[in-house]
Amino acid sequence: MDEKGAQSTLRFILTAGCDGYADSLKRSVLVALWFMFLTFPIMVIRVDTIENTIDWRWMNLAFVGVGSFVLSFLWRWLLERKELMKGQAARESVVERLLTQASTIPSARLGLLVVVAGIALAFPHMAGMYQTNIMISCLTYIALGLGLNIVVGLAGLLDLGYVAFYAVGAYAYALANMHWGIGFWTILPIGALLGTLFGIMLGFPVLRLRGDYLAIVTLGFGEIIRLVLENWGDVTMGPSGIAGIDRPTFFGIEFGVMDSINYMYYIMLALIVLTIFCVNRLQNSRIGRAWLALREDEIACQAMGIDKTKTKLMAFALGATWAGMAGVVFAAKTTFVNPASFTFWESAIILSVVVIGGMGSIRGVIAGAIILILVPEYLRAFSEFRMLIFGATMVLVMVFRPQGLIRAKRKVYTYDKSTVAGAANE
Amino acid sequence: MSESVLNVNEICKDFGGIRALDDVSLNVRSKEIAALIGPNGAGKTTFFNCITGIYTPTSGDVLVNPKDGSERRVNGMKPNHVTELGMARTFQNIRLFPSMTTLENVMIGTHCRTKSGIWGAISRNGKARGEEQAIIEKSYHLLELVGLERYANELACNLPYGKQRRLEIARAMATDPFLLLLDEPAAGMNPQETYDLQELVIKLRNEYGLSILLIEHDMKMVMSISDSVFVLDYGRLIASGTPKEVSENPTVIKAYLGEDEDD
Amino acid sequence: MEYFLEILFGGLTRGSIYALIALGYTMVYGIIELINFAHGEIYMIGAFTGLIIAGVLGAAGFPAAAIFVLAILGAVLYSAAYGYTIEKIAYKPLRGAQRLSPLISAIGMSIFLQNYVMLAQTSDFLPFPSLIPEFKVPWIGHIISSSELIIVVVTILVCIGLTLFIKFTRLGKAMRATAQNRKMAMLVGINVNTVISATFVVGSSLAAVGGVLIASHIGQINYYIGFIAGIKAFTAAVLGGIGSVPGAMLGALILGQTEAFATGYVSSDYEDVFAFALLVLILIFRPAGIMGKEPVQKV
Repeated sequence: MDEKGAQSTLRFILTAGCDGYADSLKRSVLVALWFMFLTFPIMVIRVDTIENTIDWRWMNLAFVGVGSFVLSFLWRWLLERKELMKGQAARESVVERLLTQASTIPSARLGLLVVVAGIALAFPHMAGMYQTNIMISCLTYIALGLGLNIVVGLAGLLDLGYVAFYAVGAYAYALANMHWGIGFWTILPIGALLGTLFGIMLGFPVLRLRGDYLAIVTLGFGEIIRLVLENWGDVTMGPSGIAGIDRPTFFGIEFGVMDSINYMYYIMLALIVLTIFCVNRLQNSRIGRAWLALREDEIACQAMGIDKTKTKLMAFALGATWAGMAGVVFAAKTTFVNPASFTFWESAIILSVVVIGGMGSIRGVIAGAIILILVPEYLRAFSEFRMLIFGATMVLVMVFRPQGLIRAKRKVYTYDKSTVAGAANE
Repeated sequence: MSESVLNVNEICKDFGGIRALDDVSLNVRSKEIAALIGPNGAGKTTFFNCITGIYTPTSGDVLVNPKDGSERRVNGMKPNHVTELGMARTFQNIRLFPSMTTLENVMIGTHCRTKSGIWGAISRNGKARGEEQAIIEKSYHLLELVGLERYANELACNLPYGKQRRLEIARAMATDPFLLLLDEPAAGMNPQETYDLQELVIKLRNEYGLSILLIEHDMKMVMSISDSVFVLDYGRLIASGTPKEVSENPTVIKAYLGEDEDD
Repeated sequence: MEYFLEILFGGLTRGSIYALIALGYTMVYGIIELINFAHGEIYMIGAFTGLIIAGVLGAAGFPAAAIFVLAILGAVLYSAAYGYTIEKIAYKPLRGAQRLSPLISAIGMSIFLQNYVMLAQTSDFLPFPSLIPEFKVPWIGHIISSSELIIVVVTILVCIGLTLFIKFTRLGKAMRATAQNRKMAMLVGINVNTVISATFVVGSSLAAVGGVLIASHIGQINYYIGFIAGIKAFTAAVLGGIGSVPGAMLGALILGQTEAFATGYVSSDYEDVFAFALLVLILIFRPAGIMGKEPVQKV
């Protein structure tokens, strides 16, 4: 870009939505003052009413002022850009374009797959136990995200109690293992089935509800499950949870701690591959299309002959199935479950993986999980700001990029003319 | 003339204290193009909603005669069951699935005529594959019928307005209806587009043997293609008959032009 | 009998607080059909602001009554400002977006605000000074404390005030008109953006009153109190019929009594379960609530 172009771009960024520099400066100063006022008590003052001491943190006020001054320019620019882009057909971002190219050229696609598979398979041997453990938790979120993606991303049903089904799977294994010593591989399908069953049980009555009511009911249900786990001490061991759950065996062979972590990693990886395989096939099938249609317009969908309740129930139950499975794997990995692992926060994290990554997009959800789970792990300094940033990102994504990081792409159907003639002769 | 496919007997629809439809009776015969006209707010779309299961009529009967000859009462049925019986509709304010492609929009219409479920989708067995292929072929043919095959892989929201209306018709056709209900299909179209639409509607009747009931404000179109016309005003059926009879009916003229000279 | 009455008044106190929060949910929902998920956080911020003001004024040696009044006024001011700002940032740019978008944005906002308060203040419980003036309530002093009585009285006054405001003021009428039909309201010259902002401001102020009162009654707060209280108040709003102002008051009363009696006579372990179960049941069997109307689908 030449100098003039750069200058006009800069001008656009700085004065977006305003009448020139003076106006934009004035507005930003006002915004900064407003946020300094707004955050003043909570950011600056900390009181201790017992000791009767007050802690004044004036520096924070300066941070807020400078921060909101700068961000206000960015905010106006993004809003203006969104307005300008409205008329145009959606353009792909750089990452998306690369991905599209990589997946349309067969050799590039194959190459990419081999590289990804190679890294995924070799990971536990290259990285240490600590890294592998982090990776397992990231993989767990990918599996959960992909499962929730069926419900939220494809069928458009906002499920805020997804973690309840995860808890069902985890407790199913924990309890079966504690009482009857049943092994991981037996419970895995049972956990999945229990997830489905709970999904149907909850889904059947509530799926008639409108979208936002559904969100609240699922949230309520999730909390009920957690509270029951916490309070029904006789069965669930209450808040202290269940410890000493068996790790999975490999055809009866038990592993040491180190090997069993690697083994867990591969189990999780296999689960993800299975998930991707299934979701990928589902989303371009008759059922998958019905889910999408339902998400877009319920009335039109019914008028086209789709049974709303049945279709929703399928999505809901299938999503719950994956959560059930992931729950069993989670219990086996940590060898310990307690209700604290299944709070609303967990649901919120899984939801943000899906929303930020890109609703309805498999690649998006994977990218979302990698960014949201791995980045805070490695940037320890930021880890306490993790949820703060998640929340803010969710808002920003909804406002500026509702399709998420990597948007879902629809399948391109190529139609062979020769078969048209054949079909016409039928 | 042949037997009737849609037989509406004295239906009423109340919203709170307001009677939107008052004793409306109407009859659409097989392979007929019938038009439902009336001033804005006369209750035309409410009538469509009542016979397609989106609303349940307060009283009265909606009877349909599918191809197999058995008469069925559809009021109170869910919209998807009505569609399964063979009545498909379009919407006045276009309701496509915007972030799906044009072809996929039509494919949705085949949903109630196909069967494969979750297992079929995951395993992609022979049956599911065959069905999927048949869906694609059928949908593509329908796109050709309405002249949109070039846009098969475009997102529906990127189509121009007139083409979206045609796509809605293709989508409705994919449900294999015997009766097609078109809610203002020519709204917002230019004269050329309206003319093409007119041709399409006639073609659907002649080649596919459909019966068609349409709501329309374009009187030129209504008068030139309909076999019979029904006029609604304030929720009441005030006239019915051939286009000629209706256009000469004084009540109809009054309803359209108002009672006072200065209106 | 005394136990029964104690529970009854306990329930009334709870119900009052739920009502103060539920009104905000119901008003916002009535106007923009959004479950303002961050509303519970506004209540929490109101309580924190009240605590901070009380702390500062207490250290400066202000008299108790003045602290009480100023804490409530300050909390109202700040909560209203937060409500206004949140609407501008997280909801206004999303008008006309897909239905789920503002809801997800609201959830994000709620997560953000909780963590903001947790990081800026503390994740522990903070003791909250008892601001409500204490005195012996005549006649029924043995079953109701002065703070309970004041909470109930303040709530009743606020509810009456709100009802009058909605019924008779210009802004209140504009709110009702916008709730019924936003497009028509715009056509007759109502500035819908102002009305929406005003709704958030009024709803947030009520939540702040509730926040300071209950925190002072219970004696401690943390950043998480808005979550549970928010869901319960939402339950109350739905129970009464979301969008309906008297419905929210009624729903809150019923919920408060249900909880009080269930914990008083059945078990206190499952206190929150009762509310959630009630929520799930109403939504399944009567989603329109007690005073709400089933909306007509527009096609």
